Amino acid sequence: MAIDKTCELFDCGHRACGGCGASMAARLLLKASGPETIVVSSTGCMEVFSTPYPETAWKVPWIHSLFENASAVASGIESALKQQGRSEKVVVVAGDGATFDIGVLCISGAFERGHDITYICYDNEAYMNTGIQRSGATPFDASTTTSPAGRVSFGNKHPKKDMPRILAAHGSPYVATASVAYPADFMQKVERAISTEGPTYVQVHAPCCTGWGFDGAKTVAIGKLAIETGLWVNYELVDGEVAKVKKVVKKPVEEYLKEQKRFRHLFKPKLQEEEIAKIQAIADRNFERYGHEIRLPPKKAPEGA
Amino acid sequence: MTRLDFMQGNVASAEGAIAAGCRFFGGYPITPSTEIAERMAARLPRVGGTFIQMEDEIASIAAVIGASWTGMKAMTATSGPGFSLMLENLGFAVMTETPLVVVDIQRGGPSTGQPTMSSQGDMLQCRYGSHGDIATIALAPASVQEMYDLTVKAFNLAERFRCPAFVMADEIVGHMRERIEIPGSVEVAKRRPLEPGRLPFAAGPDLVPGFPSFGRGYRVHVTGLTHDERGYPATNDEAVHAALVERLVTKVESSRREIADYEVMNPDADVVIVCYGAPARTVLQLAAEQAGPPVGVLRFRVVWPFPEHALGEFPNAEAFIVPEQNMGQLAREIERHTSLPVVPVPKLGGDLHTPGELARVVEEVRRR
Repeated sequence: MAIDKTCELFDCGHRACGGCGASMAARLLLKASGPETIVVSSTGCMEVFSTPYPETAWKVPWIHSLFENASAVASGIESALKQQGRSEKVVVVAGDGATFDIGVLCISGAFERGHDITYICYDNEAYMNTGIQRSGATPFDASTTTSPAGRVSFGNKHPKKDMPRILAAHGSPYVATASVAYPADFMQKVERAISTEGPTYVQVHAPCCTGWGFDGAKTVAIGKLAIETGLWVNYELVDGEVAKVKKVVKKPVEEYLKEQKRFRHLFKPKLQEEEIAKIQAIADRNFERYGHEIRLPPKKAPEGA
Repeated sequence: MTRLDFMQGNVASAEGAIAAGCRFFGGYPITPSTEIAERMAARLPRVGGTFIQMEDEIASIAAVIGASWTGMKAMTATSGPGFSLMLENLGFAVMTETPLVVVDIQRGGPSTGQPTMSSQGDMLQCRYGSHGDIATIALAPASVQEMYDLTVKAFNLAERFRCPAFVMADEIVGHMRERIEIPGSVEVAKRRPLEPGRLPFAAGPDLVPGFPSFGRGYRVHVTGLTHDERGYPATNDEAVHAALVERLVTKVESSRREIADYEVMNPDADVVIVCYGAPARTVLQLAAEQAGPPVGVLRFRVVWPFPEHALGEFPNAEAFIVPEQNMGQLAREIERHTSLPVVPVPKLGGDLHTPGELARVVEEVRRR
């Protein structure tokens, strides 16, 4: 059954920062999942900003338990609903810290057991609720409070963990990445994840103006730049195979990096060409892997030149 | 040379750890303790140490245990929910006699509770949280200065007794900023190596065996199973189990006078307020400003092992009043050691008691 996309199940009045990518993700995903949804939330920025005392932004049943165990709680809900012959959809909503780090054990268990749940990870690439600490999703060289750039460091030393493929490797029939910069695509992927039987996963890139250091009016622009530079790729994995990739005209990674304070140390006090080249190599590998670069025909030289 | 500074309690704890020789920190962000990890992330690389952000608190304490077995001084910092996750590993650290320090910046519980509000709700969890019988060393700072001093002390006690030591601070002390004197150097206990020829878990008269660090000539076998003096499993041997657990508990409990650290004011008083951590600040203000007969103050800097002899410092005492940011956790322990009335003054929600609130309790107790 198609869902009425005009429904608003994530209410206004929550306390997210202006320009919060995660709040856009919450609103869009509930438009796609509809009112027959039970949301299981992990601890995180969204949990906190969407439930300011004594209110809640969630117009669907919602439970927050701990940081690490949302998929296990969802497993219990899904199994008990099935036992009762009920058909509500169980959707986990968790940040990247809860997904990539502390919650891996419970996610792995839920996906291995094959519960019919959809797991949405809003990926803002660090622990934002506690004040911008690195997570397994933090990109290489990003400065956070626990990977501070300075005299002995260029920031986070580790590449982003490939969580979608880890979950696809569990046998998940549908895994997708999306971005709040492309709302229709994200909603389609949520719908497809929910309508696919078994454990499914959608990882949505949710730029964080506070944590990344950019003007909150530019959230969508930043999200688009991540994709255009190849540092984020929107794709689907159906039964583990790449099914659809968003194609882009390639831009150099500097265009994305220079817009954000978390990468400022790569440009000031002096340009760190070697480090930027390492980040460009990450993007180049993505283009090689997904083959999603649109190669434009060379521009014709202006006549008479 | 002593240096004056003005800093946050959490930062002072990190600085104390570095002064005490800590060169390894494994941690995970959690309010209201995160500033300790942040400070360690910035400071440890500059002093040749290692900061690792782990994937959760179970991993954090486990990494600290691993680092400690290489001979390094190691610590982690957390708050209630993280402390709960660490409990199984903390029992392991007790069983394997692994020196380490955990700083717990307590917040309101149970569960996620009040992340940004103060509490002393983990005082019994750190004492009794592990399964099996354990003894605990727990310190309770009441100022930024003590966040520094008692973190140093925790490292020294962990080395002296080869066990985990807990800095049981609270959100108020962790987040407040005040003046601090940073000493030019501090007394630092070195890890005592295993005496040549002695088995790795065979203790001398002080019940604390020397430490056989990995890679220092020992093929030591470390296990959380009941083990004999070689470290090898002896899970079905009743005598070995009884002797081991008795020694692990006794090495700490029998030294409670040595470990004890408390402050006594007005020892002739009829009514005594027993306190630790942030609530002690209210108590000290009351004692300084109160009109009428002086009220006694017993302030613990070490809470576990409980220094029961300190209650005897007040020969004229007729009652003990115990203000805590919990439902009366230490009050119950005090009741076990005195026949005098013990009056808990619980305060939940995060705020400190006011001097007026405590003055009223003192008056009521005197009227009885």
